[in-house]
Amino acid sequence: MSGTLCIDGIAVPFSDGQTIIEAARSAGVYIPYLCHRPGYAPYGSCKLCTVKVNGRTNTACTLPAADGQTVISNSPDLQHDRQRITQMLFVEGNHFCPSCEKSGNCQLQAVAYHQNMLDNHYPHFYAQRELDASHPDILIDHDRCIFCNLCVRASKEKDGKEVFGIAGRGIHKRLIVNSPTGKLKDSDISVNDEAAHVCPTGAILVKRSAYLAPIGARIYDHHPISEVACEKEVIKAGEASGYPSCDQTKLAQNGGPDSHYAATMPPAPDIKHDR
Amino acid sequence: MYEHLETAANPQNLKRVAVDPVSRVEGHGKVTLLLDENNQVQQARLHIVEFRGFEKFIQGRPYWELPVMVQRLCGICPVSHHLAAAKAIDQLVGVDPANLPPAADKLRRLLHFGQVLQSHALHFFHLSSPDLLFGFESEIGKRSIVAVLTDYPDIGLQGVKLRKYGQEVIRMVSGKRIHGTGAIPGGMNKALNKEERDYLKQDIAQIVVWAQAALQLVTKVHTSHLPYYDDFATIRSKYLSLTKPNGALELYHGGIRVKDEQGETLVDHYDYCDYPKLIREEVRSWTYMKFPYLTSLGKSDGWYRVGPLARVNNCDFIDTPLAEAARVEFKQHGGEAMVHSTLAFHWTRMIELLHCAESIQILLDDPDLLSSDLVANGEKRYEGIGVIEAPRGTLFHHYQIDENDIVTKANLIVSTTSNNTAMNESVRQVAAKYLSGRELTEPLLNNLEVAIRAYDPCLSCATHAVGKMPLQLELVDADGKLVDKLVRHSSGEFIHGSE
Repeated sequence: MSGTLCIDGIAVPFSDGQTIIEAARSAGVYIPYLCHRPGYAPYGSCKLCTVKVNGRTNTACTLPAADGQTVISNSPDLQHDRQRITQMLFVEGNHFCPSCEKSGNCQLQAVAYHQNMLDNHYPHFYAQRELDASHPDILIDHDRCIFCNLCVRASKEKDGKEVFGIAGRGIHKRLIVNSPTGKLKDSDISVNDEAAHVCPTGAILVKRSAYLAPIGARIYDHHPISEVACEKEVIKAGEASGYPSCDQTKLAQNGGPDSHYAATMPPAPDIKHDR
Repeated sequence: MYEHLETAANPQNLKRVAVDPVSRVEGHGKVTLLLDENNQVQQARLHIVEFRGFEKFIQGRPYWELPVMVQRLCGICPVSHHLAAAKAIDQLVGVDPANLPPAADKLRRLLHFGQVLQSHALHFFHLSSPDLLFGFESEIGKRSIVAVLTDYPDIGLQGVKLRKYGQEVIRMVSGKRIHGTGAIPGGMNKALNKEERDYLKQDIAQIVVWAQAALQLVTKVHTSHLPYYDDFATIRSKYLSLTKPNGALELYHGGIRVKDEQGETLVDHYDYCDYPKLIREEVRSWTYMKFPYLTSLGKSDGWYRVGPLARVNNCDFIDTPLAEAARVEFKQHGGEAMVHSTLAFHWTRMIELLHCAESIQILLDDPDLLSSDLVANGEKRYEGIGVIEAPRGTLFHHYQIDENDIVTKANLIVSTTSNNTAMNESVRQVAAKYLSGRELTEPLLNNLEVAIRAYDPCLSCATHAVGKMPLQLELVDADGKLVDKLVRHSSGEFIHGSE
C-alpha cells in the first residue's frame, strides 16, 4: 500500500511497508529517535519518536504509515515530553561529554542539543559499572549504555551472531555479553562487525580510534542531527518545502491535534555549540 | 630565610588574619597570618584549599582519553596538560619524541607557543598589571583590568588582543580556544590548512610589536622602582627547567637542568623519564599542595623554583633574536649569574612572551605545518612519562597502563607545586618585612597577594577568578574575639564592621 500522510501540515508520500518515521525521513522531515536505525527492524524502546497519529499517541518507528493519517510531531507538548525522555536517558549513566571520545559524533549528545536540554532536571545516579576493556579492539563502557538494543539487533540480524543481549528489568537492566566469562574477549565479536560500530552513544567503542576526527570534522559539528538524520535540510512546518501542504481543513477534521498546536510553530531550536 | 615563621611556637594566644581567597590568581588559596599582641607576625602560610583528585579518577579509563580528560585540570593552560599527557601516551604506543613526525612535532610546538603566549598575556595584563601600574597598595577600585583599560586603554587593549591571538593559534590547531583536541597517540589529528595558516600570519607581525611593547613596559616598571623591585619577596633559590641539547630556552621538549643559587649547574640534560630519582614530594598537613624537592639535597635544601624566571636564568641563550637581546639585558641587570628577584618573574614572563611571538612567526613559514604525515606508530609499552614547560613551569605527567589499555596509576607534578616552598617563603618574608608590627589594612594585605601573584600560581589548576570574588578579612584578638571584619561580596560591595 502506498499513499500520502500528513505530518505537521506537510503532505508526505509513503511506499509499501514504510513506518511513519521512515516515510518522514524519506521526505526530509525529522522526527527524533535513538533506538531506531534505517535498515533495522523496528524496536520502539526509547520513545523519543512519540507522535500523535489521528489524535492517539504512538511511536513513529513502529507504526506503519497509512493513507490519510494526520501526524503531529512538532508540538510543544511532544517536544517537552521528548526533552524529559532525553533527560531521563542521562540519569542512570555517566555521560561526561567534555572528555568523551564520542563527543561531536554522539547521537545522544546531538539529540540532547536538538531537544534544547540545558540541565539534568532529574537527579543522577552517578553509577559505577565496570568497564569491559578485555577485547583487544573493542571496549564497552556500561555507564553510557541507554539500552537501545541496536548492538543486540546488529549482532543478530546483520552479523549473524548473538554477542549482545539485554538482561534484567527496571533498575537492574543491563547489557550482557554472550561468552563463557561474560567478557567481550571471550565472545566471537570482531572489530569488523556492525555491532561494534552501531552504538548511538559512547558505550561500545572501537579502541584506538578516539579523537581521530578533529573538531570541525565530526558528524554534528556543523549540522544539527535534524539535518544529518535526513541528509537534507529539515523542512519546517508551514514553510514552502517542495512537498505540498496538507489541506488545513482536513487537518482540523482528522487531527484532534494538541490544543497548543499551531501549524506555523517553529521546530525546537537547534543549539550550535562550541562543543 | 624566614622558615621560623612557617609554624608559630605558641599559636594558642595569637590573633589570626586570613586573606581568603587570594584573588587574581588561578584557583583558590588563602593566606593566614598569626600575630601577637604587638602585631608582630609569628606565622605565615599559603594554604591551597582545593582538592582535585584527578590522579585518582583517571584510573580505570583508557589511556587515549588522557590528553582530553586531564586538560580539564585547567582553563588557563589546558594545552600544557594536553601535551604533557600526549607526550606520555606517545610512549605508550612506542613513539619517542625523536620519532614523532616533524609535522606533528611542529604543530604541537605551535599549539604550545600559542598557549604560553596567551597565558603570559593573561597573567601580565589581566591579573598583575593593576599592581604594577597603580602600586601594590593602591585603592581597591584600581586593582583590576577594568581600571587599566580606563587609565591606560592602549596597554589594556594590547593585552587583551595579545591573549586573543594566542587563543586563535590554539583554536586553529586544536579546534577550540579552550579544551580542544589535537594531540593523539603518536601525533596529531590534523594539520593546518592554507587558510588557517594565512589567517594566523596576517596578524603575527603586529603581535611581535605588541610583545616588544609589553616587554619594554615591564622592564621600565622594574628598573624604575629599584631597589624595591629587586628586594620585594626575593629569595635566593635553585632553579629547575628544561633546556634544549644546546642549552637554549625550551618550552616543549628537552632535558632537565638544575642550577644553584650561584649559577653552578647541578644537573644537566637529565632524561626526564628518570624524574622519580631526581625529585620527591613531601606532604604537610596544613595544605593540599605537596612540597617537591631534589632527592640528592633533601627536604630542607632541595627545594627549587620553576617557571619563566627559572627558564631564563637556566638557559644559555634564547634562539630568537629579540628575546635573546632582552635576556642579555635582563641578566646584566642582575649583576650576578642568577637573578633572584621574585618580581623578575614578570620581566622574564614578558621575555618569553616575545620569544613565543617570534617563534610563532618563524613556524608559520614552515611548510611542514601543512603536511599530512601526522602520526607515527610503535610497539606498545606499559609506562609513559611526559614533561613539558607549562607557562608556570615544569609539568610532569606519568602514567602506567595494563594489558587492556586501562590507566592503573597516574602521577602529576604540576608546575605550581614546585614553587610551593618558594611561595611560602616569599609570603613569610613579605609578612615579616612589610606587615609585622603595623596595623593591617586591606591595601597592605595586597602585598601578600602581589608576592604570590608574581609566581602566577595555578592553585587548583582549574578555576580562574578576577575582580569580584567574595573575600572576608577577620581580625581576631588574643582571646579569640572578633575585633574587626571586612567583607567584599561577589557584587563588589564592601562592608566594614564587626558584624
